[in-house]
Amino acid sequence: MNAASDPGPALLEVRGLSKSFGTLRALQEVDFTLRAGEIHALLGENGAGKSTLIKAVTGVFPRDAGIVRLGGAEVAPRSAKAAVDAGIATVYQEVNLLQNLSVAQNLYLGRQPTRFGLVREAEMRRRVTALLAEFDLHIDVAEPLGNYSVAVQHIAAIARAVDQSARVLILDEPTASLDRHEVEILFAVMRKLAKRGIGVVFVTHFLDQVYEICDRITVLRNGRLVGERTTAELPRIELIRMMLGRELAETTSERAATQARQAGEVCARFEDYGKAGYVAPFNLALRRGEVVGLAGLLGSGRTETARLVFGAERADSGSATIDGAPVRLQSPRDAVAHGFGYCPEERKTDGIIAELTVRENIVLALQAKRGLAKPLSRAEQDEIAMRFIRMLDIRPPEPERPIGLLSGGNQQKVLLARWLATAPRLLVLDEPTRGIDVGAHAEIIRLIRELCDDGLALLVISSELDEIVTYSDRVIVLRDRTHVDELEGEAVDVSNILVAIAAAGTAGAEAGQA
Amino acid sequence: MMQRLLQTRGLAQIIALLAILAIDRAVSPQFFDLRMQDGRLFGSLIDVLNRGAPVALLALGMVLVIATRGIDLSVGAVMAISGAIAASLADTYGLPVALAAALGAGLLCGLWNGFLVAVLGIQPIVATLILMVAGRGVAQLITEGRIVTFTAPDLVWLGNGAVLGVPTPVVVVIGMLIITGAVVRGSALGLLIEATGGNARASELAGIGTRAMILAVYVWCGLCAALAGVIAAADIMGADANNAGLWLELDAILAVVIGGTSLFGGRFSLALAMVGALIIQAMNTGILLSGYPPEFNLLVKAAVVLVVLLLQSPRFANAGAVLGRARQ
Amino acid sequence: MTSKALLAATALVALTLALPATAAELTVGFSQIGSESGWRAAETSVSKTEATKRKVTLKIADAQQKQENQIKAIRSFIAQGVDAIFLAPVVSSGWDAVLKEAKEAKIPVVLLDRDIDPSGKELYLTAVTSDSVHEGAVAGEWLAKAVAGKQCNVVELQGTVGASVATNRKKGFDSVVAKNANLKVVRSQTGDFTRAKGKEVMESFIKAEGGGKNICAVYAHNDDMMVGAIQAMKEAGLKPGKDILTVSIDAVPDIFKAIAAGEANATVELTPNMAGPALDAIMAYKAKGTVPPKWIQTESKLYTAADDPQKIYDSKKGLGY
Repeated sequence: MNAASDPGPALLEVRGLSKSFGTLRALQEVDFTLRAGEIHALLGENGAGKSTLIKAVTGVFPRDAGIVRLGGAEVAPRSAKAAVDAGIATVYQEVNLLQNLSVAQNLYLGRQPTRFGLVREAEMRRRVTALLAEFDLHIDVAEPLGNYSVAVQHIAAIARAVDQSARVLILDEPTASLDRHEVEILFAVMRKLAKRGIGVVFVTHFLDQVYEICDRITVLRNGRLVGERTTAELPRIELIRMMLGRELAETTSERAATQARQAGEVCARFEDYGKAGYVAPFNLALRRGEVVGLAGLLGSGRTETARLVFGAERADSGSATIDGAPVRLQSPRDAVAHGFGYCPEERKTDGIIAELTVRENIVLALQAKRGLAKPLSRAEQDEIAMRFIRMLDIRPPEPERPIGLLSGGNQQKVLLARWLATAPRLLVLDEPTRGIDVGAHAEIIRLIRELCDDGLALLVISSELDEIVTYSDRVIVLRDRTHVDELEGEAVDVSNILVAIAAAGTAGAEAGQA
Repeated sequence: MMQRLLQTRGLAQIIALLAILAIDRAVSPQFFDLRMQDGRLFGSLIDVLNRGAPVALLALGMVLVIATRGIDLSVGAVMAISGAIAASLADTYGLPVALAAALGAGLLCGLWNGFLVAVLGIQPIVATLILMVAGRGVAQLITEGRIVTFTAPDLVWLGNGAVLGVPTPVVVVIGMLIITGAVVRGSALGLLIEATGGNARASELAGIGTRAMILAVYVWCGLCAALAGVIAAADIMGADANNAGLWLELDAILAVVIGGTSLFGGRFSLALAMVGALIIQAMNTGILLSGYPPEFNLLVKAAVVLVVLLLQSPRFANAGAVLGRARQ
Repeated sequence: MTSKALLAATALVALTLALPATAAELTVGFSQIGSESGWRAAETSVSKTEATKRKVTLKIADAQQKQENQIKAIRSFIAQGVDAIFLAPVVSSGWDAVLKEAKEAKIPVVLLDRDIDPSGKELYLTAVTSDSVHEGAVAGEWLAKAVAGKQCNVVELQGTVGASVATNRKKGFDSVVAKNANLKVVRSQTGDFTRAKGKEVMESFIKAEGGGKNICAVYAHNDDMMVGAIQAMKEAGLKPGKDILTVSIDAVPDIFKAIAAGEANATVELTPNMAGPALDAIMAYKAKGTVPPKWIQTESKLYTAADDPQKIYDSKKGLGY
């Protein structure tokens, strides 16, 4: 960890930045301060506003309100290129350089040294070689960039930015596709840049890396600034609490209702179930009338676990049994045949079929389960659709309306209806309340509990810890694509989940090799 | 008013067809005349139905493929193959064998396309381009580059005969339309195809075997194309591998698009695809009847297609509504 | 092929040129387009017979409709040191380089069936082709004679729009119509040289012309379209060959069957025997140095029911049509 002694002068100051997309307020009066020579982590869960902040600062999106000062002078770039010219460079996870051009050409793209109008290739190569040597990168710069690893490409992109006299360098998830050794190389480069007085913004979801290299941390949540701390003074659990939100005291009250419930017998059991490089093998038993929550940070393996359970990904280890009988879940079809249902996180791309009607969307899974030869008659379809429209209070109550025209909350209810119509034994809900307004939010939570009382087994993923605590009988905590802890009964509360997520264990290293 | 009318499903197509028939009547006064000739209805209207039969059959398969967000460029080549097979076998082995072999070949072609698209995940336009190019070569190998003629009367009947006065090709199309409609709408296939085309990822996660769906529609498309090929060969009592079905894949795609099925998949209509095929043929026949020099054929065709597609475009309908309001 | 072999081959050619060669020793390479049509197949088989008749060794290379294959074949013929090269060019341009190579190797080239761009005029010995304007005129003259001054409305089935053969066959026919006031082309549409289109277009002609009552004759740019048109006439209850006269071009076997059945009247032959005149020219050139004219026009022979069509059908059928 770098010593973050006295806070240097502010290099980049963002004050009161706001940005809305339609009715969605992506950023609300966010402040952000970057000092010269520091490495500053920008953290937050999905939808916290990290990307929006970067794009609003670098002129990719126009901002609604707020000012940005660089070295004391106000800047308002209108495009990413203008931002680079002003001294703010961004390197994204997918390096936006040209794979088929040489390293040298990429670094000098658009500003090649010329003489009499001709590009001086040799001169360019000499300069690029020297430039990369500063980053301890000794490669043949005449080779196409695409021939080198992602790490080298990242360093080349950083070198290009620095060479264009960047004073602020923003790295958006640069380590997501790097192995441990490549991360080390990149970190060495970042440290070297910081020493030169460049301010580095580091966006990541690897908390270990944050504690390894960052001087300071800014956390965003739901488009708002949660706070800014020095890394040395911020315990890991406190950081996670900042990211996931809500104070501990708020959450305990809701638990009472779930205590009385009696869990039934095990209906689905997964043993040593896993897939290399996807999710480490886990044991999971799901009982009738029980809600199991999956908690963890973004990228911890929650959705991956759900997809494995539902057969959307094939497990390469372990076994699954339903009511004691071994089953093979090779595809969603198999899972549906065994009475599973799955409401995915990405409603638009993985859930709804936008141009089909509410009725058709509701009967789809049931029809798939019955097979081609047993079509539901129109009367049956109408009956099913109307029953669920009434039961779940889907609005507007028009079965013939294309689902794409409904609000997010009502779309989610239709997807729930799709699975409830199949009379499932197990329902997997991935972020069932995401992007849904407050009213529908409460309704869906109420529904989850009712379903459970009816003897359904539920596996629910949510980033909202207080929500997960509200309805879960058990909570499984994931970290680095591994199931690391399981909380049951009295132990299910937000602080225990936070502790489990934060616990710096050996799990991270294992997952890296998986 | 105009907007609402044009957005009623199928109305734009029906209006377009009626308008083209009216124009046909204008350029050729005897257009609607009908009489019996050798036990067969005779007249320009019958020509439209009869000549439109191959494209209608192709469109019947194509509409399902397009509904899954695919496309089949090989149908013209499959026509050439099946025609060549039927013509080569008919005189020696009789119609049942010739027909079975020809349709079997179409089935295989469809399986091949479906395998490339559904199992190997190759883009449909590329996957079917392979057979589009190679298929005609296969047909030429079968016919050795010449027109293989036959005299087997039952095969000739398929192209030139009549059932209760209605030309056999038209009867075959109606039969296939009924069968396809029964299979697709009588079972859950139609819904599952529309779901697959609308959003394949979501459909897969809803438990639909999307691969099987896609394989099935290409097989059906191959079968329809093979039948169209047999009819085209029967019509001229010979298999012309160089020309049979040449560019008809484009007419079939056009028929489907005119019928209002989006190339982006999803909702489809068999009946409107048939109307699309009729629109194309009514236009072709009208051009032939008009007596204009053939240099104008393609120009007229392009203009008519443009107008028909504009009629269906929601934006155009909106613009029309706005104009209508402005006038009031 | 090594350069040494090439040298030897050239020497061999030089030798054969120096010593008046006898026919039996001639070897000719023939770069054929491919099997694009029945006529093409017939041309290939007739070429073989004509060569055998003259005791010439004919090496045929099938280019599968690709110019690059034809160029390869010609280079290979040059390397083998053949005595002459026959070329049925798939396209009209792009031959200059390879024909120059042949010229440098002193191998005479004869074009069969199709001509090339004028820039290559000096690079080949002669071209054996038919005159498609003349073909149209022969068809027209037969019709003029057949109706003998009576008023006659003609419908025309054109070849593919823009194809030079179609343009020329129309031009030749029109020249005769211009001279005969009793002949009038009332309808003209393209049938794309195919049976299916010929039939479809004829159906519309019949309907547009009072059920065929106003049509006295059909002229089709090729026999295939006519075969389709004959079917259309029969289906309309008309008697082709009697109610409506027919004349078309190419003389493929199926039209003889129709003539024999009395359903067609006349056809103008596009002879598949291009190799015969070409071989004669080459043999004279080799033996006595006789330089043939730059263009050898093949005969455009007219066939009618008087020419024993059944017999011609039988003999033609064996040619690979």
